[in-house]
Amino acid sequence: MIFRFRQPSVLPGFGLTLGFTLGYLGLIVLIPLAMAFTQAFHLSWDQFWRTVTAPRVLASYRLTFGAAFLAATINTGFGFIVAWVLVRYPFPGKRLVDALVDLPFALPTAVAGITLAAIYSSNGWIGHALEPLGMKIAFTPLGVIVALVFISLPFVVRTVQPVLEDLEAEVEEAAASLGADRWQIFWRVLFPAIRPALLTGFTLAFARAIGEYGSVIFIAGNLPMVSEITPLLIVSKLEQYDYSGAAAVSVVMLVISFLLLLLINLLQRWSRIQRGWETVI
Amino acid sequence: MNSSLHPGPASLANSEPPFIRRLLLAVALIFLTLFLFVPLAAVFYEALRKGVGVYLAAITDPYALDAIRLTLLSAAIAVPLNVIFGVSAAWAIAKFEFYGKSMLITLIDLPFAVSPVIAGLIYVLLFGAQGWLGPWLTGHGIKIIFAVPGIVLATVFVTVPFIARELIPLMQAQGTEEEEAAMVLGASGWLTFWRITLPNIKWGLLYGVVLCTARAMGEFGAVSVVSGHIRGLTNTLPLHVEILYNEYQFAATFACASLLTLLALVMLALKALIERHTLRQRRIAISGESI
Repeated sequence: MIFRFRQPSVLPGFGLTLGFTLGYLGLIVLIPLAMAFTQAFHLSWDQFWRTVTAPRVLASYRLTFGAAFLAATINTGFGFIVAWVLVRYPFPGKRLVDALVDLPFALPTAVAGITLAAIYSSNGWIGHALEPLGMKIAFTPLGVIVALVFISLPFVVRTVQPVLEDLEAEVEEAAASLGADRWQIFWRVLFPAIRPALLTGFTLAFARAIGEYGSVIFIAGNLPMVSEITPLLIVSKLEQYDYSGAAAVSVVMLVISFLLLLLINLLQRWSRIQRGWETVI
Repeated sequence: MNSSLHPGPASLANSEPPFIRRLLLAVALIFLTLFLFVPLAAVFYEALRKGVGVYLAAITDPYALDAIRLTLLSAAIAVPLNVIFGVSAAWAIAKFEFYGKSMLITLIDLPFAVSPVIAGLIYVLLFGAQGWLGPWLTGHGIKIIFAVPGIVLATVFVTVPFIARELIPLMQAQGTEEEEAAMVLGASGWLTFWRITLPNIKWGLLYGVVLCTARAMGEFGAVSVVSGHIRGLTNTLPLHVEILYNEYQFAATFACASLLTLLALVMLALKALIERHTLRQRRIAISGESI
């Protein structure tokens, strides 16, 4: 068998479009990204390791990944309920609510940050109500979680929603006619079908949340060791002209992001196999 | 991200007891109220709290106008570039079978996985004064970082995937038969693209343009790193919002923020309109097939 790079086709433009695509990706994305790695390699292995495991950096990983994990978990629970309600229950204003779920995708992150800081600070609408309960949200690590919940809110809703819409009513009816109660139908029939989408949504939300900068810096307080996220640490290293240090921490973040991207691809493939057809997310 | 609003399979036989329904509905709406609706209302409340005069003064301030101009300029460059890229990538990926295709699709998604701050950093490392090309650029009097080209580049980077990832699945689903028929009948490649492919993908393309524009105008992290925050020169509207906020000019901050919020709402409305249109088209197509 002769190896062919591509299958023959009567359509033209393969060389032109693939060439342009690769050239564009190379110039805009890949070569600049490679710069982070080459800059980080200016450091010796020892220096690199000391930079990326310094106590202040480790504290920022803990906050960034911990808050992103909690935010993604909160969004998985509530996002599932929101998707369920949007698909299955009629209520007034549903169309508007459905459209507004995407607001965090459309709203600039800086706007989200200042607004959340304003309402969750001690003289804001929600912060004021929580203060007698001894809860401070703005300018504490809790504020980071609030911001990350906001910006990653649509992911779980938008991955679960189409799967719920496609579920066949017949399957549930069959389960009911075989004597399953509503709870059993949910856990044994519906939940297994939704699980891949839930996991995909969680991972997308988590991946988005660990890189987030704009919304967090306004509400976090940004104290080193306490409420300083890793992207902010990269910016402050850059502002002190510590280019190699900034690049080293970026490399750690990039490697984790790449791994998450691979995981998302695997999850989406799993989800497609379960559903038996290609989906648009 | 396509969502339809048909009632779903909630027939009476397999529905929850009313009190569970009400509970779930309440939980969903309270969650969305706390995290979406209250912030949305707060932007406009804070913006107008000091009166319409302060609001108008803030958004007609010369620096604000410069920031609006730069935001529009960088979107006006980034969006068309990514339209060309998206169409080109989708054509190569959807119309041909070749080795390494799924790898290429993953690479296109890469900018979504990269922190915006890192997107800015890599351009500083490449074009900054201490960067790889820095000495050469300085020698030729070209300024990219802390100047408009850097802002445009950072905006292009963060919006690379939007249009491609709308078009690739759409064009893959449409297949190649119609284009092949046109070619066999003697149409040129360009004619086939303009007359067959483009009409087929126009709604998906528009959808991608809306998402891409929203992100291009709102990007903060990447642009902030390469901007240098020079008022009147390298300040986009989101960066202007940050400067005003740090100067404790809250009414002006939220006035400018409300402009960006209005823009986001317009984008959401457009998005909902396109979704409804494509849903109707799909239903017509399905009912047509069943006849």
